[in-house]
Amino acid sequence: MKVTLNVDLHHLPRVEGHGNVIVRVDRGSVVDARWEVVETPRYFEVMLKGKHFRTAALLVSRICGICSIGHTLASVRATERAFGVEPPPLAAKLRLLAKHGETIQSHALHLFFLAAPDFLDLPSVLPLVEACPDVVALAARLKGVGNRLCDVVAGRTTHPVSIQVGGMAVRPARADLDRLRHELVSVLPDLESAVQLFRGFKLPEFERETEFVALKGEGSYPWIGGRLISTDGVEKDEDEYRAMTNEYVVEHGTSKWCRLSRDSFAVGALARFNNNFRFLRPEAKKVAAALGLAPIDHNPYRNDLAQLVELVHCVHEALLSIDEIQAAPSDAELRAPVVPRAGSGVGAVEVPRGILYHRYTYDSEGYVVSADCVIPTTQNNKNIHNDVVALVHSLAKRGVSDREAERLCAMLVRAYDPCISCSVH
Amino acid sequence: MKYLRIEPRRPKVGIFDFTSCEGCELQLVNHEESLADFLACVEIVNFREASAARDDTYDIALVEGSISRADEVERLKSIRAKAKTLVAFGSCACFGGVNRLKNACDLVAANREVYGAHPKETLPVRAVKEIVPVDLEIPGCPVNKPEVERIVQHLMMDLPFQLPVYPVCVECKQRFTTCLYERGELCLGAISRAGCDAPCPAGGLGCWGCRGPALDANVEAFRSMVRERGFSQRELDERMSFFGGFEVRS
Ligand code: SF4
Ligand code: SF4
Ligand code: SF4
Ligand SMILES: [Fe+2]
Repeated sequence: MKVTLNVDLHHLPRVEGHGNVIVRVDRGSVVDARWEVVETPRYFEVMLKGKHFRTAALLVSRICGICSIGHTLASVRATERAFGVEPPPLAAKLRLLAKHGETIQSHALHLFFLAAPDFLDLPSVLPLVEACPDVVALAARLKGVGNRLCDVVAGRTTHPVSIQVGGMAVRPARADLDRLRHELVSVLPDLESAVQLFRGFKLPEFERETEFVALKGEGSYPWIGGRLISTDGVEKDEDEYRAMTNEYVVEHGTSKWCRLSRDSFAVGALARFNNNFRFLRPEAKKVAAALGLAPIDHNPYRNDLAQLVELVHCVHEALLSIDEIQAAPSDAELRAPVVPRAGSGVGAVEVPRGILYHRYTYDSEGYVVSADCVIPTTQNNKNIHNDVVALVHSLAKRGVSDREAERLCAMLVRAYDPCISCSVH
Repeated sequence: MKYLRIEPRRPKVGIFDFTSCEGCELQLVNHEESLADFLACVEIVNFREASAARDDTYDIALVEGSISRADEVERLKSIRAKAKTLVAFGSCACFGGVNRLKNACDLVAANREVYGAHPKETLPVRAVKEIVPVDLEIPGCPVNKPEVERIVQHLMMDLPFQLPVYPVCVECKQRFTTCLYERGELCLGAISRAGCDAPCPAGGLGCWGCRGPALDANVEAFRSMVRERGFSQRELDERMSFFGGFEVRS
């Protein structure tokens, strides 16, 4: 059988940003298979130069509308490490709670609004509003609780306002946190329904051995700062992020590519799960078992399942963290004094799509001299490309319709939950 | 269902993104408590970020992002040709947004710094109205969903919509936020257009003017007031140029 395939997914839908998948298979041989990023570059690293450290965090937040809290956290961490400032414990707890809000919001958005339509054979979640209003209501409740966590803790969901260099600007009202706690408890049954829903979905069978990179858990599932590890056994300090990412410019496409022990590596929910499974909450481990997910899983489509496991983990962590915050004395410190000094600092944060790094060099007055931002999807782009190539080779042997090839390629890219405008910043 | 004997329309809406963070589009699927109602009021026919279905007949085009490449100029013109009403959606579309800060840099040097030997195509950032006529502007970084919902209600009833003309201070007072100047911090609330419900002063950040100037804002008087209070020219300029709203005026 000589398979011929033609797929031209120009501006792939249901992903953040602009990318293309192009596949040409001619009588059994693969002529072309690629993942191409065509997003317009914005030059954030250049715009950052000469900006005050307060402005830097607000500016980089606008790299990405979905993970703006993650960018803000990486930014203030980089600045604090450059200035030798340690945020007070209560501020660190509040930041992590906002982080959980963002992860819940982002994973729910991806799982229900972007990924699920593929399994239901629908173009989008919109037809579901009439066909299955209860599924949409469930998705809205889960995404909503994440957004409200961000609103209450960070002042706003998209582009937060209360996260500042040194700590947090305001402490959320006790009544607001109590309300959120109730709301989190009320979505616990929704998490079970979500797990049932995804158990019913048939994920494509596909494996390609991959190196997975994540922050290293030390006692808990890691989100903000720490050492860097990979499933190939690499371990480095947060400050050595460049040696962990090895970004390079490619001629075609506006995103850079990265590599480590191999030609490419992956970051994100599955990478965190594969590296730090033992630190997940017991409730999340149970869900992983129910979904048949165990480390080290090399099927990129199963990043969706890892996101669902993390969604459960974050809801339970958020509940505990609200209790800790409410127990903190009313006069607990929120912000450490900040005195700028010349020097550099790195901030690494696990955002929904993988590790994000910001590094700034400051002058003695606290103005940015140079900046570097390495984005999760930038780290994933070469791995996505390599997966597309491997998938197309297997399809060329197997033989499928153009429509099916298109579906499998689109789902593969979508499974990484790419944030393309973020990767081209 | 008629309301005051007017039959509401269910407008066909297309959503399009250009150079941006896509945060404004994201607001369309936020505000979950009214999401189902919102989606019932409009027929979304083209929303690449959320749907694989594409239909090029739409009444309203929501355009997010600023314009910074030749292919974007062409795409924007073809959207303008198809849409009855073109809405500049968010501060990037209205003024260029934070992306406009790029225009202060040397683009050749910027390209060399980011992309080394493989420079990418890029143009100085422009707002949507610098390229095609705009029927309605919804500023905000990001846009405020409750305000977007109000605007959609007006469009359904064929009623004109007017953004607030008063400054952010009015909404800030309504939420009883302690004024940032009392804590010795800078705020642009007195000269910025309201409609956001003043989240930034309440969150301790102060207003950065993401929605552009309020009507007849006395910017010169504001500048001298701020200088008298001891804030540096550099700090004020950095803040007023941040979203591009105080530079571009139609
Ligand atoms: S206006 Fe702000 S939130 Fe909206 S797209 Fe531009 S940067 Fe993003
Ligand atoms: S904090 Fe800002 S917006 Fe609020 S009253 Fe003071 S100046 Fe106006
Ligand atoms: S307070 Fe100012 S910066 Fe904040 S949303 Fe309103 S206009 Fe924009
Ligand atoms: Fe970068």
